[in-house]
Amino acid sequence: MSFLQIDKVCKSFGPIKVLRDITLDVEEGGFLVLVGPSGCGKSTLLNTIAGLEKLTTGEIRIAGNVIDDLPPSERNIAMVFQSYALYPNMNVGQNIAFGLEMRGMPKDERDAKVAEVAKTLQIEHLLDRKPGQLSGGQRQRVAMGRALVRNPQLFLFDEPLSNLDAKLRVDMRTEIKRMHQTFGTTIVYVTHDQIEAMTLGTRIAVLKDGIVQQYGTPAEIYNDPANLFVADFMGSPAMNLIPATVRGSAVEMARAGEEPLVLEFQHLPADVRARDGQEVIVGIRPEAITDADNRALVRDGQQAVSASCRIDVVEPAGADIFAITSLGGKEVVTRLHQDWSGQANSHAELVFNLEKVVFFDPESGVRLR
Amino acid sequence: MSRSTQPSFGTGKLLRAALYAVLILFAVYYLLPLFVMLVNSVKTLDEIRGGNMMSFPEMFTFEPWLTAWSKAQIGVEPTGLSPYFINSIMMVVPAVAISTALGALNGYVLTKWRFPGDKIIFGLMLFACFIPFQIVLIPMARVLGMIGLAGTTSGLVLVHVVYGLGFTTLFFRNYYAAFPDELIKAAKMDGAGFWRTFTRILLPSSGPIIVVTVIWQFTNIWNDFLFGASFADFDSMPMTVALNNLVSSSTGVKEYNVHFAGAVLAALPTLIVYVVSGRYFVRGLMAGAVKG
Repeated sequence: MSFLQIDKVCKSFGPIKVLRDITLDVEEGGFLVLVGPSGCGKSTLLNTIAGLEKLTTGEIRIAGNVIDDLPPSERNIAMVFQSYALYPNMNVGQNIAFGLEMRGMPKDERDAKVAEVAKTLQIEHLLDRKPGQLSGGQRQRVAMGRALVRNPQLFLFDEPLSNLDAKLRVDMRTEIKRMHQTFGTTIVYVTHDQIEAMTLGTRIAVLKDGIVQQYGTPAEIYNDPANLFVADFMGSPAMNLIPATVRGSAVEMARAGEEPLVLEFQHLPADVRARDGQEVIVGIRPEAITDADNRALVRDGQQAVSASCRIDVVEPAGADIFAITSLGGKEVVTRLHQDWSGQANSHAELVFNLEKVVFFDPESGVRLR
Repeated sequence: MSRSTQPSFGTGKLLRAALYAVLILFAVYYLLPLFVMLVNSVKTLDEIRGGNMMSFPEMFTFEPWLTAWSKAQIGVEPTGLSPYFINSIMMVVPAVAISTALGALNGYVLTKWRFPGDKIIFGLMLFACFIPFQIVLIPMARVLGMIGLAGTTSGLVLVHVVYGLGFTTLFFRNYYAAFPDELIKAAKMDGAGFWRTFTRILLPSSGPIIVVTVIWQFTNIWNDFLFGASFADFDSMPMTVALNNLVSSSTGVKEYNVHFAGAVLAALPTLIVYVVSGRYFVRGLMAGAVKG
């Protein structure tokens, strides 16, 4: 039985429907990431779980108990905000203790709890400082301490890393993951950053326009996207989405000034085969197109075909080289080995890992299986 | 910012000297009335009548100050200004405290506990800032009469609270509009209710705007003459009205030195408030204005 159940939740602000029929569940100790572009309703969903917003219809249950009518303070939920929302007039110790104080815990008990949490998060030396005197990373730790000290049954994170610089963001991401592993508390985490979603989540819900586009494990979301939106949104560089025509068991992609590229499949999905002669969208991730010598990206037994393609632009990125070619009128990003020695404006032999190719309906954007 | 072309060293110095000269001139011009008041308040009456207003006293005396404070004829009583000074304090302190507290509460509700129609309510309260004193005189007199507060200090307090509420609400609303909503949400999650969020989170961060509001209200209420003259009787008359009575009492000679001393006494409290907390005044006004 799942721990947090979000059951057919709808939320409207006047005539605007922000959440439409959202159903999600998370097992105890799970890490649910809500990801989507801004305005997709992910923060609103988090606020309804927290109790800061009333939901219009539907039900939210924690451990089987409906919490819809409980005020935020009685839900036993802690939240870490985007700005960390540390009370500027109190020092770190008072910030962490405030929730306990509001619950009427005696002072010596409070102090003991604060000391314990501060030790875990290694912020003991900061307890007397004001939030204004802390760095971004320290503020985040204090915000987590304020959440941890109450020992809640559920943690909510509202884009906690978006105010940090790139390097610190990666460090704090690891910190959050470590905290999750240490305490094992169930977490719901909102972000618009798909890399954060992939690295942190045990389950990811991709939202757009208040609708869950896909709900699954990071691997499912990445390898098996349910529609064009998910395919495009998750992954960096983004998945190549190439218009192509079905020809029997092959797909054909137009090329400017050249013969079209024909990829011959051993097992074309049934929905695609049924569209012989029609157009589909071929989705193929950059790492599934590589140079002929880079066998590391294609595992044994996976079907791969090679073809000569014209390379327009070469972008070395250290660990890899991204080379851009053109297929079906679209720029196609390929990920090559860092020692690849080809030149722009010349032809190169590229290997396509056909096991990783997915197909979409060009009109509806729905996955063809 | 790009570096602007600097005039040569000599011209720069000259310009600066001219600038200071002009500024000093203006400062002197503005300070002149104060100088005249102070200088003449420590002269004997004979010296004022016989000599130059601008000259320093030949015989220094505190007598006019003592007279103004405790002996001068105010209306029919030779009490000096002291009882009316007390009246003013009795009126100003509660009026400032209540209007500031209510303004803070209004600002809190209007920004952090939004409700349908809150903007209209705020608009109406803003409107109160533009109503001239004279318009409310007669309705206010009727209201005070009906509730039995006519001619009392409490009545004056009520009038000033009601009249000041528009301003204090405006100050606090603008200040709190820039106060992050996430802090309020965090307090809710921590289990703080309406009042504890206000007293523990918002108020401790409101220092600058409280100072602004207190200075504003204190100055306005202390200096008010019209409401004092209209709604107070002899026992509750504030300082400003008493000063007027002192100056316009037509018994015998005009004691200019006493009048000057009285006027300085009347202006002293606002002056002290400004000197003590003036720097917060600007800071607080800016905080509200830039982010609001």
